[in-house]
Amino acid sequence: MVVFDKPHALIDVPLHYCPGCTHGIIHRLVAEVIDELGIEGRTIGIAPVGCSVMAYNYFNCDMIEAAHGRAPAVATGVKRADPENHVVFTYQGDGDLASIGMAETVHAAARNENITIIFINNAIYGMTGGQMAPTSLPGQVTQTSPYGRDPKVCGYPIKVCEMLSELEGPEYLERVTVNNVKNVKNAKRAIKKAFQNQIDGKGFSLVEVLSACPTNWGMTPEKALQWIDDKMIPYYPLGVYKDRSAEKEDK
Amino acid sequence: MAKLTFKTDNCKGCGLCVNACPKHLLRIAPDKINKKGHHPAEITDQEACIGCAFCATMCPDCIIKVER
Amino acid sequence: MADKVLMKGNEAIAEAALIAGCRHYFGYPITPQTEVAAYMAKRMPKIGGTFLQAESEIAAINMVYGVASAGYRVMTSSSSPGISLKGEGLSYLAGADLPALVVNVQRGGPGLGGIQPSQSDYFQATRGGGHGDYHMIVLAPASVQEMAELTVKGFELADKYRMTSMILADGTMGQMMEPVALDLDVQPAPEKPWATTGTKMAREHNIINSLSLVPEELEKFNFDRYERYKKVEENETRWEEYMMDDAEICIAAFGIAARVSKNAINQARKEGIKVGMIRPITLWPFPKAPFLASTAHVKQYISVELSMGQMIEDVRLATECKAPCTLVNRAGGMIPSPEQVLEAIRKANQNGGNN
Repeated sequence: MVVFDKPHALIDVPLHYCPGCTHGIIHRLVAEVIDELGIEGRTIGIAPVGCSVMAYNYFNCDMIEAAHGRAPAVATGVKRADPENHVVFTYQGDGDLASIGMAETVHAAARNENITIIFINNAIYGMTGGQMAPTSLPGQVTQTSPYGRDPKVCGYPIKVCEMLSELEGPEYLERVTVNNVKNVKNAKRAIKKAFQNQIDGKGFSLVEVLSACPTNWGMTPEKALQWIDDKMIPYYPLGVYKDRSAEKEDK
Repeated sequence: MAKLTFKTDNCKGCGLCVNACPKHLLRIAPDKINKKGHHPAEITDQEACIGCAFCATMCPDCIIKVER
Repeated sequence: MADKVLMKGNEAIAEAALIAGCRHYFGYPITPQTEVAAYMAKRMPKIGGTFLQAESEIAAINMVYGVASAGYRVMTSSSSPGISLKGEGLSYLAGADLPALVVNVQRGGPGLGGIQPSQSDYFQATRGGGHGDYHMIVLAPASVQEMAELTVKGFELADKYRMTSMILADGTMGQMMEPVALDLDVQPAPEKPWATTGTKMAREHNIINSLSLVPEELEKFNFDRYERYKKVEENETRWEEYMMDDAEICIAAFGIAARVSKNAINQARKEGIKVGMIRPITLWPFPKAPFLASTAHVKQYISVELSMGQMIEDVRLATECKAPCTLVNRAGGMIPSPEQVLEAIRKANQNGGNN
């Protein structure tokens, strides 16, 4: 009996990501969720600009490549074109979602747009070769912060889940990671919930996934996963930042 | 007995599966090179595999099929 | 002939879009086109459509990109500074070969400029507006009736050629009220097998995309796109000729400038001056053929514009400089008067048609 194999929603082609980059794990989780919910035929995914720009080549569902940061606006259009049938997700990195596309992110959340956002936070611009991201940690050395990110010069990282949780709009915000088996399973649960929320008409659901970039962090894949535990999680604590339906049930 | 099948040519030799295996059955093959030029992952003792799929769970390139 | 209703130009665009089957509108308030958004806000919810006030023009054009990807007729409208913001989206729409309608009710620029009418976005519109090699079909209405008719036409052409149509109007066209007949013929949207509406597990996945990292492929996409543009030039170029049969002086003007010029031409004709006008209705594709043909008898061209002189370059290109072309213009929100145009016609005539 096959207990583990590539999900149908993931096309059987080699991914272009660097060795040990956890984009691949997150792609697979999204595809597994699409399979399990039986929604591949009505799902439209929006790819960002950044390392995952070519995600449109990897998912079996219909795909759209958006301009840098505009995926939530494009998703809004696709969703509203046929809200009953379309299941729409965006897959965006930290530069795309939290820097150039911050306005689109915040307003889609404020509108409680009924879409699912998979937000990959790896604290760096990968595609362009390792520059400082809006989520790079204080002191983090990158190509454009060669002496370490100095908050006095370039400010502090943006904590997306915390920030959006202050809005009345969004339905569901959770931060997860994929740096060990337990965390991968937990990330899948969160991603599934974010899609299920959309199917149930509950609204804006964003899952932030702390992800490893061994190449641009200058680490082995193994050390990169450890760095998530040691450096990223303390700054970006995992957990649910908003779950309106659960809050209602509690009351 | 469980069985692992590797899509060896898609392996990038990152080693995340090696670290995930609770039985320490995987390794990056020191003497093999795949089409991409990476040393691919391989299982050293198929008999001892318990089919937990931890390796496949951590594989970013979805190259491991697990049967039990 | 149907009953006519009195409407503002902006409202005529909005109503015509609904008649054309557009059920999705995204926009951001900016003078002098806000009536389009207000009209849509009122009507869309009543007919099961979508009106959404976006957080910016950038978001609005990308929402348009989303609906267009799903294969529905969709539009946005704005005015000059807002169109600059949409420039990125216009380029992506072109790169992904998506049909959409974009309305620019121009105001004076550059920068924040003013809120009075202008035609100074001519270059921006006819050369594409964003980065890369591409064109939009640019339609220039000169009456409220044409605002309605060209809106329908814009949707049809966008679908037919998988490209963006732009209505390039100006503040006067947007704000003026005229009677309009709304019994407009509409061709329904064609089948769009390329649209991302979900595979239904019945076909390969569709991809809407403007990225191609292989230069040979990207070159081919550009060549193919320009083959399509050639067809647009062959089949869709539109213009109006006014008193051109014997004209020795030819006015080139579009939109409000053409209306002003018509008054001046009528007066000049009373004075016995052989003057006529070619009014481009499509600014891209530019009506090169009638301009070139007119060089057989025209000795002097006068480009009348609400800008520092932009269309004049296309007139010179189209006439291959076989006769001189001078500029009569106002800028910054001012409109040339019929007297100003008439004076230029008289002066050209005194020179025997030679400037």
